[in-house]
Amino acid sequence: METLIILLVGVLTAVAIYLVLSKSLIRVILGTAIFSHAVHLLILSMGGLKKGTVPLLGEEAPSYVDALPQALILTAIVISFAVTAFILVLAFRAYQELGTDDLEEMRGVNDE
Amino acid sequence: MMNNIVLLPMLLPILVGVVLIFLRAYGRVQAWFSIGVMAVSAGIAFYLLEQVQTNGILRLDFGGWEPPFGILFVADSFSLLLVLTTAIVATIILLYAMFSAGKFLQTTYFYPTILFLIAGVNGSFLTGDLFNLFVCFEVMLLSSYVLLTLGGNKRQLREAIKYVVINIVSSWFFLVALAYLYGAVGTLNMAHVSVRVAEAGQGPLLTTVSIIFLIVFSLKAGLLLYFWLPGSYSAPPAVTSALFGALLTKVGIYALFRVFSLIFYHQPEITHTIIGAMAALTLVGGSLGAIAFNDIRKIAAYNVVIAVGFILVGLAVSTPNAVEGAIYYLIHDMVIKALLFLLVGTIISLTGTAMLDKMSGLMKNYPLLGWSFFITMLSLAGVPPLSGFIGKVLVSEGAVESGSYGLLTLALLSSLFVLYSLLRIFKNSFWGETIVSKEDQVPLKKTLLIPCLLLVLLTVGLGLGTELISGYVTDAAETLLNPDIYIDAVMGGGES
Repeated sequence: METLIILLVGVLTAVAIYLVLSKSLIRVILGTAIFSHAVHLLILSMGGLKKGTVPLLGEEAPSYVDALPQALILTAIVISFAVTAFILVLAFRAYQELGTDDLEEMRGVNDE
Repeated sequence: MMNNIVLLPMLLPILVGVVLIFLRAYGRVQAWFSIGVMAVSAGIAFYLLEQVQTNGILRLDFGGWEPPFGILFVADSFSLLLVLTTAIVATIILLYAMFSAGKFLQTTYFYPTILFLIAGVNGSFLTGDLFNLFVCFEVMLLSSYVLLTLGGNKRQLREAIKYVVINIVSSWFFLVALAYLYGAVGTLNMAHVSVRVAEAGQGPLLTTVSIIFLIVFSLKAGLLLYFWLPGSYSAPPAVTSALFGALLTKVGIYALFRVFSLIFYHQPEITHTIIGAMAALTLVGGSLGAIAFNDIRKIAAYNVVIAVGFILVGLAVSTPNAVEGAIYYLIHDMVIKALLFLLVGTIISLTGTAMLDKMSGLMKNYPLLGWSFFITMLSLAGVPPLSGFIGKVLVSEGAVESGSYGLLTLALLSSLFVLYSLLRIFKNSFWGETIVSKEDQVPLKKTLLIPCLLLVLLTVGLGLGTELISGYVTDAAETLLNPDIYIDAVMGGGES
């Protein structure tokens, strides 16, 4: 199970890297979103998958899953949500001001 | 619970920042509130520093969860010295902001964002948990994205996109490193991680994880991976660049020191050698950049890069003298980079250009500004009795002790490049023929000069009064070099 998830993480990361390296700004942003999904899965699988029941004392199970990775992911999701929202607005403003979403044309030119 | 006060340097800016959001229209009120809260946190940091000297390292377990189970704040001399310097420098920068920032900035959440940035910075310095460090980094970064784009001119937006994307990728690396570390040692409390790494021995796996951390923090600190830095530090208004130059890279440097002295110190022949090589390349690259450009904002930004390389030489060498020197230099650099960026901003606002070849003879128009710049230059180059001197001497001494003559040569040569790059500014803009007559010159407002003069006083004071802070710095270096002190304070029994 873990191996399967790790492979999925690898595939997602590969897709994200491909997107981040493209010229269009929107693709780059989508790439960063997929990046964060990949790493969330990675954190989840680091806690071990399907090792027990939910970590509640009332369950009285022989073993419980590690709850910490899930807490970490929850925090990371919130942060990546905020950052993605910000960069989407930033991309829109940049498109309005600069008139392009091509990163090649956004290189620093010596206009200042 | 005496220790609750440890939280205040992070909590106060956030609370006041939230209140200021509702006072959007009143720029002046916001400014005074921000200055007030920074002055108060300077006082708190100083009080805590004194406490640490007498009672040892302070810690605060949130919700009463004893380590290693909960998140906690740990205040030792190293972090408190940085919190104190942050508060003092931020107070002065805010003073400058109050008089220099335009009406637009004053009323568009500029001050709340600065306060959130400082909350993130202080949180990063104080936290004792690696995931909490990530969260504080993000608080700081998100505020820095906003500060970088406030105003929204073309250059800012263009640079902001690169800055944001690079930081998202580095945050991704941070999470990857955290995931692997958690998978390997099963904890994220720094002291507990350190214990477990020591028990298991730092094998190839953990060393690889440590190198991912190195990549992350190098990106934030601008160690070798500084390609994003000159662009984004030279785009925003002077106040913002001063804040960035003084605080942001320093958090990365702090994290490098903490992680590689507390957790991954078992394989210095691998990790510290890599850090040394990166520091050397940073010194070379920064030096070349500092003399290559005509734009004084770019020159100032490359000076930030050189300083990062220099401080990390101290970590790479890791002898007691070198670490102590690096801490002195870190404190000095926060003060002097704020001063440098404020002076550069003032020069630009007076001449209306950032290009060296378009300004000349400002010494006659603005003598006080000229002499401030002169002192800044000497302090950056490490001339005694200014604040840069002691750090440079101690780091060099450490490099000699450990026989790293290559690093020593580069570190000292870089000082010459710093001096040359700033002499170019001084010669071109202050000396030479006065091209603006006394009648036509833009008046230099006293209110802009006073913050700069305060920082000049601070750099002179730090140089002359080194003895006053030497006790704290020695204690900070001792804690960094003996991880057991930190671990005992966190893990050993709960007298708090």
